[in-house]
Amino acid sequence: MPDGAQPVLDVRDLKTIFKIRGGEVHAVNNVSFDLKPGELLGVVGESGSGKSVTMMSLLGLLPSPPADVQNGTVTFDGEDLLKVDPETLRTVRGGKIGFVFQDPMTSLNPVYNVGMQIMEPLRKHMGMSKKAATVRAKELLELVGIPDAERRLKDYPHQFSGGMRQRVMIAIALACDPKVLVADEPTTALDVTIQAQILELMKELQERLGMAVIWITHDLGVVAGIADRVLVMYGGQIVEQAPTRSLFKNPQHPYTRALLKTVPRVTGGREDRLAIIEGQPPILGAQPTACPFRDRCDVAFDRCSQENPQRFDVGDGHDAACFFDAMTGAPRNA
Amino acid sequence: MLTYTIRRLMTAIPTLIFISLIIFLLLDMAPGDPTAQLPLTIPPEVREQIRQSLGLGEPVHIRYLLWLKQMVWSEPMFYLSQSTGWFDPPEVARLISWQTRAPVMDTIFERLPQTIKVVGLAYIVGVLIALPIGIISAYRQYSVFDQAGTFVSMIGFSIPPFFSGVLMIILFTVMMPNDSFFWFPSIYDTTLVVDSWETFGKQVRQMVLPVMVLALQTTAQISRFMRASMLDNLNQDYVRTARAKGMTESVVVLKHVLRNSMIPVITVIALGIPSIFGGAIITEQIFKVNGIGQFLIVSIQASDVPSVQTLTFIFAVLIVLFNLIADILYGILDPRIRYD
Repeated sequence: MPDGAQPVLDVRDLKTIFKIRGGEVHAVNNVSFDLKPGELLGVVGESGSGKSVTMMSLLGLLPSPPADVQNGTVTFDGEDLLKVDPETLRTVRGGKIGFVFQDPMTSLNPVYNVGMQIMEPLRKHMGMSKKAATVRAKELLELVGIPDAERRLKDYPHQFSGGMRQRVMIAIALACDPKVLVADEPTTALDVTIQAQILELMKELQERLGMAVIWITHDLGVVAGIADRVLVMYGGQIVEQAPTRSLFKNPQHPYTRALLKTVPRVTGGREDRLAIIEGQPPILGAQPTACPFRDRCDVAFDRCSQENPQRFDVGDGHDAACFFDAMTGAPRNA
Repeated sequence: MLTYTIRRLMTAIPTLIFISLIIFLLLDMAPGDPTAQLPLTIPPEVREQIRQSLGLGEPVHIRYLLWLKQMVWSEPMFYLSQSTGWFDPPEVARLISWQTRAPVMDTIFERLPQTIKVVGLAYIVGVLIALPIGIISAYRQYSVFDQAGTFVSMIGFSIPPFFSGVLMIILFTVMMPNDSFFWFPSIYDTTLVVDSWETFGKQVRQMVLPVMVLALQTTAQISRFMRASMLDNLNQDYVRTARAKGMTESVVVLKHVLRNSMIPVITVIALGIPSIFGGAIITEQIFKVNGIGQFLIVSIQASDVPSVQTLTFIFAVLIVLFNLIADILYGILDPRIRYD
């Protein structure tokens, strides 16, 4: 990852809320991050921390209502994706930014064969003829490691296994040579051996095709294995951002530390109980004015319930949104 | 698919024979006398002779088997010979209506065009209106259009045709000035021969009211099915995938969602088709359309067993047939269903 390169995707102050009966849920609160060319950015956090909603907001994929992207800028190719007209946005979706979703069992349309589903973006974004698209679709299936690609194009999703369907989803996402691939928990619904295969495939494809990848997961092991940089999300905010090595070696936010503790160790003595983080993640009915993690935090002090901490830079491209300085073991002065 | 179809057609035969037996026995057990409508001056012995001549002296199983032979052998052979001329018509009596003394099948073929024109057109109109309403209602759920559509379909569901029919007559025939463009006749004239634009216009005008009444019902039912089915599918993950691929909303809705949503709806539509041939008994009565439904009512009132038996049996055949067609369409639309 070349340092200081122009980011392909630059997200500033993204804010998404859901309007529900009897109020609002603030799912994404002033999230800012960037994505550099060729980088694999891991996004971790527990369920409901706003990982998927953040990424869906970028491309307007959330159903509205109830979702409402209220604020922020998403700079991609010199344009703000939150402000462009729908037609331009559609050329970005699937054309320049590919998406792979969590559940391959339901993410493909059951009544169309996979060939047609792969060819759809090719014909729309690249203006290919049916013949050219068929050739390219076959190449794509081979690229993602589906044997007997030509014949499989005519098969329907139910004729593929879960792992194979996820490969088809990846082929669709890669169809138009996107600059950015967003993978929303692509291995969560798969069993472990298939997970490993898909991980390997994605890593290999990313290196071969040189695209930037955003990898959403709640599996820290996956992040450690493949990501260049990690965002940790909690309560709709980014609480820590660091290069992968730095994050695992030197976690700054108490939430990250707690998350790392919950990963059971294979070596060493067997523990009686798995480590847990007590309590529930918050459901935010309003813009948080205090640290969302304070109720579950072991180093919280009175400032944490008065202000929502901004992200403090701790050097080497590492930052954490916490008033407590893990380096010195004392509250920050800032 | 072909072997499946053939197998289903084969199993339909015992089903239909059983259905016809049940109908026959039911009609036999039902009270009523075919001579009841004859003048009271006819002495009882003569009445008894009339009954004997109608074959009522035979035991029930003989009568059933004779009817079955006429229905599935003599009548088809007669029509085959009539239409192709390959051989002479069989030398057996036709299936005769006790009431009119005319062959039952001839009467049915006389009545069928009116029924198909009015009820069939109403069904087509109803479905064609219902599908877009269902699609738009689901896509714009809780919008003004959806609320209005749901309200209209609730009305269509809950107002029976004997009320809406009479209401239409009052509005468009009685209260509407005679020279207005929106005046429509309340009586369907079967004898009208369409041979010019003027008579064609007349034909169209006399079909408007019954078609409207019947289409309201069909629209109400199908649009609700369509809406529910669309709503089921609009929230599916594959819809999000289609959007993430950059497809336009019309492709997402009319290609990806619609085909999935049509799977259950097409079954409902196909299963509704036999009821077209069943005629709309009440609506036909109200607008004096002398179609199949009206024929059935008149036959029941006169205890005309052969006519009732034949009509009911034809409905049974159509229902079994369209069940099969619905299943085949289901298999064509949904690749997950394979019958072989």
